[in-house]
Amino acid sequence: MCETCGCNITPGNEHLVRGDGKHSKTTDGRAAVEVLTGLLDENDHQALHNREHFDRHNLLALNLMSSPGAGKTSLLEATIEALQGELRIAVIEGDLETENDAERIRAKGVPAIQIATGSACHLDAHMVHDALHQLDLADIDILFIENVGNLVCPASFDLGQHRNVTLLSVPEGDDKPAKYPVMFRAADLVLLSKADLLPVLDDFDPARAERYLRHLASSVPFEQVAIRGEQKALSPWLDWLRAEVAAQGRRRAAGKTARPSVQPDGARLHTHQHASTYSTSTVETVEAGG
Amino acid sequence: MHELSICMSLLDQVERIAKEHRAERVERILLRIGPLSGVEAPLLMNAYPLAAAGTIAEHAQLDIEPASVRVHCVDCGAESPATPNRLLCASCSSYHTKLISGDEMLLASLEMSLPEDASEPL
Repeated sequence: MCETCGCNITPGNEHLVRGDGKHSKTTDGRAAVEVLTGLLDENDHQALHNREHFDRHNLLALNLMSSPGAGKTSLLEATIEALQGELRIAVIEGDLETENDAERIRAKGVPAIQIATGSACHLDAHMVHDALHQLDLADIDILFIENVGNLVCPASFDLGQHRNVTLLSVPEGDDKPAKYPVMFRAADLVLLSKADLLPVLDDFDPARAERYLRHLASSVPFEQVAIRGEQKALSPWLDWLRAEVAAQGRRRAAGKTARPSVQPDGARLHTHQHASTYSTSTVETVEAGG
Repeated sequence: MHELSICMSLLDQVERIAKEHRAERVERILLRIGPLSGVEAPLLMNAYPLAAAGTIAEHAQLDIEPASVRVHCVDCGAESPATPNRLLCASCSSYHTKLISGDEMLLASLEMSLPEDASEPL
């Protein structure tokens, strides 16, 4: 366990464990206990088990995040059409209310489970786990988890996904990565959606958006997508998906798994803790290459 | 809004640890939270009493120690302070940096009152 082996001690927290050791008394005689676990320990534990489910079924799980209305569901509809007969897709949809998005996906002939979160502003690993039990994972190559539209909270919860994809739509403005650093730093791929609007909304400068992304020490791919009209552009996204599915296949053959390149703090603490309970989970994160 | 979920998760852990130590009360909880964790300390402080009501940690003092944002530069090796949306090396301006502090969301330590007859030293 991490509490004993010390693997959760980082340069950022080591001053907390220096000195009195794990158990000590305060001056007024209370028992003081060093803990040093992530606040989302329960969630991260469940996320780890979700990832085991995904790996056991050799599927690639992607967490799709963005503001509400950035075009996540529309992108999925277009993706399902484009990959028909090539890759088998299933979708978990997260929204506060309604079954609307799952119905849109099902209309494309793909299984979709809707999670209505009520007032919760994000999906967590437990909600995703419950949804997994309603899906036949054996027949899936890619599971998309469409998170609640929100650029804040979803970034803090590991769901067990292998990669995070964050959409930034042109009408939102090009400084979103600077305004929501936690979300954009967590992305393994940033998609500039509704790129067909760039000629109309000409105050959006894609180069500036990318520069703000790089300021977050991120070197992940930044690609444009458009699903409508003559300027339809999906190829960089589809190529990325194909490459990730192939990479997941290679990882599984080698007994490895993957996590998003940037982990919420607590999730990172779990990497070591469970290495022995699941023999095939050597973890590999993306080393971002330009 | 997710600060309340995080508080509930925190309290699950606190209650479990308090039970392990057969504590009567949890007196103080120390968290360490960085600006890149996605959690706001003041919101967490506000959510805490709601989540803690009726638990062994109902009257605990919640202290949150902020963590500063620091990066290590992969290109030049320098370690420097940074800001949440500008994680560049202060020395050479490279964006090939690794975060070494600033995304913490940790339960650092607990202080508890134990019953008088708890003769076993912890």
